[in-house]
Amino acid sequence: MITSEPVITVKNMVKKFGNFVANDNLNFEVYKGEIFGFIGANGAGKTTAIRILCGLSTPTSGVMKVAGYDIYRQTEKIKQNIGYMSQKFSLYEDLTIYENIRFYGGIYGMNMAERKARTAEMLERLELTEYENRKIGDLPLGWKQKLAFSIAILHNPKIVFLDEPTGGVDPITRRQFWNLIYEAVEKGITVFVTTHYMDEAEYCDRVSIMADGKIVALDTPQKLKEQYNASNMDEVFLKIAR
Amino acid sequence: MIEVKDLHKQYGDIVALDKISLSVGKGELFGLIGPDGAGKTSLMRILMSLLLPNGGKATMSGLDVVADYKKIRLITGYMPGRFSLYPDLTVEENLKFFATVFGTTIEENYYLIKDIYQQIEPFKTRRAGKLSGGMKQKLALSCALIHKPEILILDEPTTGVDAVSRKEFWEMLKRLNNMGITILVSTPYMDEASLCDRIALIQQGSLMSVATPKEMTGSFPEDLWAVRTRKIYDTSKFLEKLPSVISVNSFGQVLHLVTQKGRHTSGSVQKFLSDQGELEISVTPMEATIEDVFILLMNHHNHRQ
Repeated sequence: MITSEPVITVKNMVKKFGNFVANDNLNFEVYKGEIFGFIGANGAGKTTAIRILCGLSTPTSGVMKVAGYDIYRQTEKIKQNIGYMSQKFSLYEDLTIYENIRFYGGIYGMNMAERKARTAEMLERLELTEYENRKIGDLPLGWKQKLAFSIAILHNPKIVFLDEPTGGVDPITRRQFWNLIYEAVEKGITVFVTTHYMDEAEYCDRVSIMADGKIVALDTPQKLKEQYNASNMDEVFLKIAR
Repeated sequence: MIEVKDLHKQYGDIVALDKISLSVGKGELFGLIGPDGAGKTSLMRILMSLLLPNGGKATMSGLDVVADYKKIRLITGYMPGRFSLYPDLTVEENLKFFATVFGTTIEENYYLIKDIYQQIEPFKTRRAGKLSGGMKQKLALSCALIHKPEILILDEPTTGVDAVSRKEFWEMLKRLNNMGITILVSTPYMDEASLCDRIALIQQGSLMSVATPKEMTGSFPEDLWAVRTRKIYDTSKFLEKLPSVISVNSFGQVLHLVTQKGRHTSGSVQKFLSDQGELEISVTPMEATIEDVFILLMNHHNHRQ
């Protein structure tokens, strides 16, 4: 369901910290309904770029639009239209599953009826209905990650940003997590995802590879493999980043 | 070198280690493979004498981890999962601190850490807290090695590290191992398993299997097929209805299909799919990867519960 309608537009994005250039003139578009993989070595500048696109950090220069809103002047609008799941687990460990959902629903400004309906639907999908009064801190990591993702899209955002959502998760849960991503795409949500698992890079519609603050490759996994004469994305990545 | 017998650890009602037994030989590079929460850290912390077991026994180089904890700490190096050097000390100060605590000097064992430390030496006056992730990791490894331990225990040293740095880190481990250091390393990345001499697959506090990576993948008990298709999702849905199917999982752009031993040929799978209207598909037998083994064992494990 990829369209040609851009939901993220980045032109000449530059972010400097003192003399250090974290993002060096990035240019790309992400289309509605796409799974866009954002890959790169540690310190390549991925998290910096994501934080800018989420409206959490101001770029040094460049023109950027997210969900139709300007990155400099409309960050609050952007925040209402995106979901964000950070590397660090960000649900409240001392609150129950139900309380966490209610809390985030409140933050996103959902009304009571909407919140109730979405909560019931989500718990049923995750097969967690009978556990809704369990504290988050007592859950296995796999459940937490699936829950954190579902809460990040609770308000039906246009785009969801996932920063290494599957780190340390067992191989079965990792695949269940990707099924959740596909379901979100079916609902029309655009997915922007970073990962260190190169097999997951193959599940993306297009993949951008960053090195030293620059985007050094951007295409479909198929085209990248052809271009770099590689049998899988792991080889592509090693050839580019080494 | 490391002997573990019926080791048990419980936190309240939660069983972290369920009476596990394990033996690691001198000079081995041994991998503990499993997801977060499997019990890897609990085992390592008990071996490092940082945590008391609820039952069972463990020895390192013949020393009991409970009774002989002081001696154990002298012969082991430990790199915990969380960065735990002093962020306010510089790179050099941290290394000097660890050397002094163990009654040695940087110079005495410099040959051991030379390869690794040289990469961060240009930044030796920088505070550890200001280093990048990769540099922190190299400093932590240097500090764990500076007293020339017999046994090195590394808790998920490559978690959150990119594919290139992960490869480099494993090359460093291999070199240390070749110098005679016994290494126990944990990782959630299944593809790193093949770099170990032997591995244990750990899940929910139990060891599901212990063997060399070759033995483990070579003795896959079912039939495994690589299915290449243009429509991964549709094809996997069809394959779930294949008679004698055990599992269908995507591995990048290839589906791994597991069927009961001897029930299918590539032709019969192909025919099943073409009957469903799936034509442009290739089905070839393949050798299992560690991840295939892990998934199969995990399914068995879950069914038993």
